[in-house]
Amino acid sequence: MTGFLDYTSGNVDALLQATLEHTVLVLQGLGLAVLIGLPLAALTYRARSRTAVLAVAGVFLTIPSYALFGLLITPLGLGTAPSVVALTLYAFLPVLRNAIVGLREIDPAVVESARGMGLSRLQVLLRVELPLALPVIITGLRVAAQMLLGIAAIAAAVNGPGLGNLILQGLSSAGTPFAVYLTLQGVLGIIVLAILFDLLFAALNRLTTSRGMIHV
Amino acid sequence: MSDQTTDRPMIRLVELTKTYPGRTAPAVDALSLDVPEGEIVVFVGPSGCGKTTTMKLINRLIEPTSGRILLDGEDVTHVDPDRLRRGIGYAIQQTGLFPHRTVAENIATVPKLLGWDRTRVAERVDALLHMVGLAPEEYRDLHPRQLSGGQQQRVGVARALAADPPVLLMDEPFGAIDPLTRETLQNELLRIQREIRKTIVFVTHDIDEAVKMGDRIAIFAEGGRVVQYDTPERILSEPADDFVSDFIGAGASVRRLSLTRIGDATVAEDWPTLPFSADASERAAAVAAGDHDFLLLLDDGLPVEWLPSSGGGGLPVLAPVGPDHTLYDALDTMLSNNSDVVVVTDAQGRYRGTLDLPTIQDLIHVDDAAGVPTRVSRSTSRRSGEPR
Ligand SMILES: Nc1ncnc2c1ncn2[C@@H]1O[C@H](COP(=O)(O)OP(=O)(O)OP(=O)(O)O)[C@@H](O)[C@H]1O
Ligand SMILES: [Mg+2]
Repeated sequence: MTGFLDYTSGNVDALLQATLEHTVLVLQGLGLAVLIGLPLAALTYRARSRTAVLAVAGVFLTIPSYALFGLLITPLGLGTAPSVVALTLYAFLPVLRNAIVGLREIDPAVVESARGMGLSRLQVLLRVELPLALPVIITGLRVAAQMLLGIAAIAAAVNGPGLGNLILQGLSSAGTPFAVYLTLQGVLGIIVLAILFDLLFAALNRLTTSRGMIHV
Repeated sequence: MSDQTTDRPMIRLVELTKTYPGRTAPAVDALSLDVPEGEIVVFVGPSGCGKTTTMKLINRLIEPTSGRILLDGEDVTHVDPDRLRRGIGYAIQQTGLFPHRTVAENIATVPKLLGWDRTRVAERVDALLHMVGLAPEEYRDLHPRQLSGGQQQRVGVARALAADPPVLLMDEPFGAIDPLTRETLQNELLRIQREIRKTIVFVTHDIDEAVKMGDRIAIFAEGGRVVQYDTPERILSEPADDFVSDFIGAGASVRRLSLTRIGDATVAEDWPTLPFSADASERAAAVAAGDHDFLLLLDDGLPVEWLPSSGGGGLPVLAPVGPDHTLYDALDTMLSNNSDVVVVTDAQGRYRGTLDLPTIQDLIHVDDAAGVPTRVSRSTSRRSGEPR
């Protein structure tokens, strides 16, 4: 234990750097998934094509993470780019599915009366549907974030940033006492981030849930 | 119908047809119909006969397959539907209130879309809440789920009226409300209508509601056809065909009673009355003189109490009916109080006379040719019946 602490005080800068990179990487993947997933959900949630879209999004999740990162090297090279894209693909299903579920759960009478009062399609989406679906959408983000925090460690295998590099270093120096310390740092970093992200999303959820929507 | 009503149609449907995709039979079939300005036209008919479809064709929530819609003389079949709808109030059974918005924000929806400034919107919201019988200070900041069904429906009506549209579409607005509250809401809508004089299309599948609310009634049959479009009196007294008579049902003659206001009915004025201030000997003298079982005691013209002439027991409950009640209410009062007479008062609650069961029976059997007692025109004198 003291060995671990001593070691950590020696490389705390590198640890914080890797944690920061890890956070940014996950946020990038999540952000891209939202940027593509929300509009796609808005376009398809009423159409029959949503089943096909969800099926495709589901396929990404079945690809083993090592393989997906590796496959992306061919078009995107090494480093951050394939890592962000891989994470985006993994986040896609939870983000998309929750957005579609959230939008479909809205009482059709609410949308009909909004249209009946003369709100345009876009106004209905932005002022009525998205606010009402937001809690469900945020739950999707929360799930996606937890998943990405773990998977992002693989990025190191394609020279990407993040806490995975500490774990990878640990693996490559197996047998030395540092090996365990490095791996432990990587794992603990991810766990701490997971807790922080969870708190963040819980706060976000509370912020965006209107008083009128809380079920008592 | 009334002197204030022009006969210019506010809504004119011309050969309007809607066939839903994938269906062979049209839901609305070459429907032509004029809705006069300032009147309530009720669409009534069995389920699935195209009432909702027709209503949604008017504000183009559903696009017609063919035919034209004219609003106040202007062909709106191809105008921008969003702009069109901002000028047409829309209230539905499920209310469709925005759950994430307060009552005030819900009502302010269309005024805000139209770019009203904040003070004007706030004043309008309060005025509307007041009009639908909700105290603004108390309800303005609540969310819809904190309201009862009846209150939600009131907010829905206020929201539909927010930008003062000339036309109001209401699809079974009181369909999901308990009978007592429904009656209150119906009366309030009629009261509001007397002030605002909108052109209202009101959908229901309850013939009683249609008779009560409608200046005119359009009876829909399967396949979106209108089989009779007429005043309530004529629908009840001269149903166009078997379908209409079946739909009206057996109660037509009783229903006709609800078309006559007591204020317009002749009442008997020969019931013995006595001032409440009369002392015991005066009372005894009056009892001895009369041939009625009960005397009515009046305090400054207001009926207060029955005086039994034969030692009490079995006194009818004193439940006076006012000028805004109908003959139907009078009959209902008699039956529920197990009495064969009701006391009739004027608008101030002063004694006017009495109505008895035989009189009402006569009225039910009045020959149509001889004329049903004239019906009050809603637009001028229809008033909400206060709860008894
Ligand atoms: N979106 C739709 N797609 C296909 N058919 C529809 C659609 N909406 C309604 N219909 C059909 O059109 C016909 C008329 O329906 P509509 O809702 O206008 O009836 P309604 O008179 O309002 O009935 P209710 O009293 O039950 O509300 C029905 O046969 C119904 O099945
Ligand atoms: Mg309907």
